[in-house]
Amino acid sequence: MSERPAYLLEYLLRIADTSLVLAQRLGEWIGHAPAIEEDLGFANTALDLLGQARLLLAYAAEVEGRGRSADDLAFLREESAYRNATLAELPNGDFGDTIVRQFLIDAYQLALYERLTDSSDLRLAEIAAKAVNETRYHVRYSSGWVVRLGDGTDESHDRVQASLERFWPYVQELFEADDIDRAALADGTAPPAQDLCDAWSRRVDAVLAEATLLRPAASPFRWYGKHGRHSEHLGHLLANLQYLQRTHPGATW
Amino acid sequence: MPQSGAEPRWPHETATLSMSQARDWPLYEVFIRARGGLDHKHVGSVHAADARMAIEHARDLYTRRQEGVSIWVARSTDILASDPAESAALFDPARDKIYRHPTFYDIPKEVETL
Repeated sequence: MSERPAYLLEYLLRIADTSLVLAQRLGEWIGHAPAIEEDLGFANTALDLLGQARLLLAYAAEVEGRGRSADDLAFLREESAYRNATLAELPNGDFGDTIVRQFLIDAYQLALYERLTDSSDLRLAEIAAKAVNETRYHVRYSSGWVVRLGDGTDESHDRVQASLERFWPYVQELFEADDIDRAALADGTAPPAQDLCDAWSRRVDAVLAEATLLRPAASPFRWYGKHGRHSEHLGHLLANLQYLQRTHPGATW
Repeated sequence: MPQSGAEPRWPHETATLSMSQARDWPLYEVFIRARGGLDHKHVGSVHAADARMAIEHARDLYTRRQEGVSIWVARSTDILASDPAESAALFDPARDKIYRHPTFYDIPKEVETL
């Protein structure tokens, strides 16, 4: 195997874990969505995200080179070893909360995957090429709901605006470059964080305008899920996600 | 959706109440084209608040195993059905006109989809 740069494992885990954790959150809706059609909509999106996470974690496991599998990384890593953006782990709240969180992340992933299809890392470019079409649909789906709720009744408008305010402080993390991002940028693996932020902002602003929602002010607060420092919510999510493998190590079916 | 107190007009409106029906989303009929060159076939129905949502629900429910390349949806209430009571008048007259079936031709082997 060719020599892999040191930052790559961390960089892959950030993308993979964001998809994995969000898939787990969406899965919590199954059997609880307001309509059977939406139940399936969330489940389909969750499965897309889980598929992306599997491909990325399998690659990450190879890069790590310690003989671990994608499953090992998903089921046996501690909370502080998870590198997902904090936004993905926040609780579902009501249907509108879930839609807003989903839309903010969908728009981010679309901006990211669109650019990663040109990555100098060919394996990553291939994964992005598969993910980008899935993600285009995710954006279509969640943005449709943001408009429907934002431009719906007074109550739906006010509630979805409140969701937006609640999630907004967690958005900054997605676009704040650190040493890992800069190393990935330097060798052409990753696009500049500012480009992602610009593409994301254009898409989000257009949908918010159509939804008659106001873009919240930037928040001074910072979250660093991508450094392994998470909110109180991730531990509970992982307890569910990892329960079976922790209780019956090596169980398969 | 049946008007309150009115008799249901179409058979599917008597189906079991789903979660979404309870929320008064209208019903859309879904037609899927399985692949290029084939016609759209009715596959079922979805509840949705608007046409865009109906397309998305149809995509999520009826094409998740690669069943289609194109989707049509139409409001169920926009579809008119023939009256079962008139079926004798409408359909029986065709019964004894077998000469209308193109079975008196030799079909060339090259034509596969007749």
